[in-house]
Amino acid sequence: MNDTDAVFKALADPSRRKLLDALNERNGQTLSELCEHLDMTRQAVTQHLGLLESANLVATTWRGREKLHFLNPVPLQEIYDRWIRKFERSRIRAINELKRRLEGTNDG
Amino acid sequence: MAESTFVYVIYIASQPQAVWNALLDGKFTRQYWDHENVSDWQPGSAWEHRRLDAAGTVDILGEVIEARSPHRLVMSWAQPQDKARKERYSRVTFDIEQVADMVRLTITHDELETGSEMLRKISEGWPRVLSSLKSMLETGRPLQTWAGR
Repeated sequence: MNDTDAVFKALADPSRRKLLDALNERNGQTLSELCEHLDMTRQAVTQHLGLLESANLVATTWRGREKLHFLNPVPLQEIYDRWIRKFERSRIRAINELKRRLEGTNDG
Repeated sequence: MAESTFVYVIYIASQPQAVWNALLDGKFTRQYWDHENVSDWQPGSAWEHRRLDAAGTVDILGEVIEARSPHRLVMSWAQPQDKARKERYSRVTFDIEQVADMVRLTITHDELETGSEMLRKISEGWPRVLSSLKSMLETGRPLQTWAGR
């Protein structure tokens, strides 16, 4: 599995996206802090964090005995640079506009 | 003052010395960062992050705290208008490690004032800098990430 596959696989799970959102809200949390706000077992959170870390979407450092988890958006930037930039922003805007009109919604 | 920390990690198919040079040498930083990093990189020396304009306008400055080639560079980081205000300085640490046939570059930016303008800027800036750095080292071409800024 290459790096990009690992990132997309990591993002494919709603619980893992929730963990990333929690870190975006407050960076540098411990496992216990992350468990407090999520309706998941400690074991499940540990597994999800492991997968996010191996996809390099989460970076960790140690503060004494505490392992802190940080959101690492760098792989998302690489995907943006590799896959999105080349479509040009104006074209993305045009497509989003078309989608809004066809779907009759305002939230894109 | 509440302080925040950011940690960024990128894996680059390169060598530690090449990554080290790319971070410190102005002729590399100008290619992927749109700025020149200027210093003699001795602990205690000043460093500056200069624009490529004729005046070499300084956007960021600070002091080299630790320099252990090619593995660890620590420096302080502030806007020029805060030069005399030590409490406004944050700290940037680059850790460069060989992991199998890749280099793992970790940037830890800490002692950041929570909610500050600097925090907002760097959290947008570092991922772009790192992605462009990786592209330059792996393909010889940096990204046009600063175009239209």
